[in-house]
Amino acid sequence: MTFYLFLEQTLNAFQLGVMLFLMAAGLTLVFGIMNMINLAHGSFYMIGAYVAAYVSDATGSFFIGVAVALPVAAAVGMAVEIIALRRLYKRDHLDQVLATFGLILFFNELTSIIWGPQALFVAIPPVFSGSVELIPGAPYPIYRLVIIGAGLIVALLMRTLIVKTRTGMLIRAGASNREMVSALGIDIDRLYTIIFGLGALLAGLAGAFAGPILATEIGMGENILILTFVVIIVGGIGSIRGALIGALLVGLVDTYGRAFLPQFLRMIFEDPSVADGVGASISSMSIYILMAVVLIFRPRGLFQAYG
Amino acid sequence: MRILKKTLLGAIATMAAITTPALSADSVKIGMITTLSGGGSALGRDIRDGFKLAVDMRGGMLGEKKVDLIISDDARKVGNAKQIANRMLKRDKVDIMTGIVWSNLALAVVPTVTKAGKFYLSPNAGPSKLAGKGCHKNYFNVAWQNDNLHEAAGQYVNDKAHRNVYIMAPNYPAGKDALAGFKRFYKGKIAGEVYTKLGQVDYAAELANLRATKPDAVYFFLPGGMGINFVKQYAQAGLTKTTPLFGPAFSFDEGILKAVGDTAIGVFNTSQWNKDIKNAANVDFVANFKKTYGRFPSLYASQGFDTALLIDSAIRAVDGDMSKQDDFRKALKAAKFQSVRGPFKFGPNHHPIQDIYVREVYKDGDNITNRIVGKVFTNHGDVYAADCKM
Repeated sequence: MTFYLFLEQTLNAFQLGVMLFLMAAGLTLVFGIMNMINLAHGSFYMIGAYVAAYVSDATGSFFIGVAVALPVAAAVGMAVEIIALRRLYKRDHLDQVLATFGLILFFNELTSIIWGPQALFVAIPPVFSGSVELIPGAPYPIYRLVIIGAGLIVALLMRTLIVKTRTGMLIRAGASNREMVSALGIDIDRLYTIIFGLGALLAGLAGAFAGPILATEIGMGENILILTFVVIIVGGIGSIRGALIGALLVGLVDTYGRAFLPQFLRMIFEDPSVADGVGASISSMSIYILMAVVLIFRPRGLFQAYG
Repeated sequence: MRILKKTLLGAIATMAAITTPALSADSVKIGMITTLSGGGSALGRDIRDGFKLAVDMRGGMLGEKKVDLIISDDARKVGNAKQIANRMLKRDKVDIMTGIVWSNLALAVVPTVTKAGKFYLSPNAGPSKLAGKGCHKNYFNVAWQNDNLHEAAGQYVNDKAHRNVYIMAPNYPAGKDALAGFKRFYKGKIAGEVYTKLGQVDYAAELANLRATKPDAVYFFLPGGMGINFVKQYAQAGLTKTTPLFGPAFSFDEGILKAVGDTAIGVFNTSQWNKDIKNAANVDFVANFKKTYGRFPSLYASQGFDTALLIDSAIRAVDGDMSKQDDFRKALKAAKFQSVRGPFKFGPNHHPIQDIYVREVYKDGDNITNRIVGKVFTNHGDVYAADCKM
């Protein structure tokens, strides 16, 4: 293992972390503020990816694709909130899980009806194709650097929104005491719809970004959703800062685990195939071990939500 | 998270329970458990569509007997598959079961089916455990033993004089079989042997490690969406130009090629079937599949189709009397049907003996697809047959 390889893996970890953050930011708001478990969050990610893929194929421009995908994902998110989920806020978590699981099936089938069962092709926009040799001997895809940059910008914007704006203030207030907020004459229903749309928009953005590097396929949201739940539990439910730190932590642990654990174990075990097998098993558990450790010492996650 | 998972499973079970068709006496009942939702669902859909095409082309019948086909989705989860299998055996009382895509699911379900005295015909998964000591007289594999295509790839990569190869597969039974099969015929050095998580989406960490070991070729087995992710990211890391990729057909099926675009052109992969094989059954199959579903069939679809043809031939042999179990089994073993892949027969452990080809990915007009460029093995069986005592 060289220092350069370590650097490259750290970049990979950041890139994974940033993708997770985009997913987690929306989910943690919905979970933390509305106390609502939304399994269909992954569906917004899938919708973002499919719309971006479809539009960029039709127009020939990836950027138009992303630009269309964002409002569509947000609109679908708000429609789902108004039509279905609004009725579930007061219900048990299990009811919410069941209902939003039903939504996953619905959206998967709908996607299959509209775009067919096969995965779609999305090309990397020509501006960002190719790679740069930031680290000697390891050309790094420009597109992955763009994802890191875009994710960090979104994190900054989110922070500004939450800390500096009136909507952000209401979001924080809603998180700590929703009855009081509505007693003060704030239209809490509208606030919730906005938060939900914002979450769906971020998930759609993650999906649109994922298109060129990952498979745009039915059920793509479920894979990332599990990781996202780990992120918000580690980070602290309802906290944007927690989502960012949690996402980066999960990205680091997952990537380092996959990258270095097998080599490390080869020094311990004599038979390399045993080392590889054990390494693969432990590294796929690594993020859950991280989650368990965090929960032992900080049962409410690393950062508690406002209030 | 725990409650969440339990609830999810409950939800799936409820969903599955609703879709049970009415019973009818004068038909043969076939239970199909396959992956129709979530990751890997493209494979299950192809198997289902291939199988259904064969039934539909015979007016809803196999062997002149009406087919009652019960299809259920396992979502690639072992627990679901087992639950569905029990339901199909006990409540629906199926005669034959088929459909499973993934080896870990097959390992859980097949023994349950054979123990209940029913037949299981695998249209895909062929784990080594069920081919050797764990073989059973009522278990037939119509596709291949898991190692087969990888053995052919090992031979081919060896013939191409690559001597330092990096190999990768998902961490599940078929992944282990894959790399074991590859190493059985490849004689050079292994630059690295990596098992990734089943359903993994991002391979950046593995690719960085791979580059650091400087192999002269890469062999990978990643079916479905995993293959799409890997091939794209491999090209984006700039590795395509320096290090050639090899895989089994599963890493380069029609669905994957459509989603990865030009980057896969020129890659070699091994398969027992391709749509350009010239025999009457295959020409007919490819044309009908394209007409019915609007897409080209993959090897999974061909396997589903062949499974239905095999059942057709065996039901015909017993004149539709499914109570003649021994005769039915004999007819299955005889495999008197025209497989779309060409010559086909069963070995002593009820796994195929067949030819395996090498295919090249090329651009045919606007379409990126495979063509056969050579044959690696003729009448190739598997090494586990020797351990099978029926």
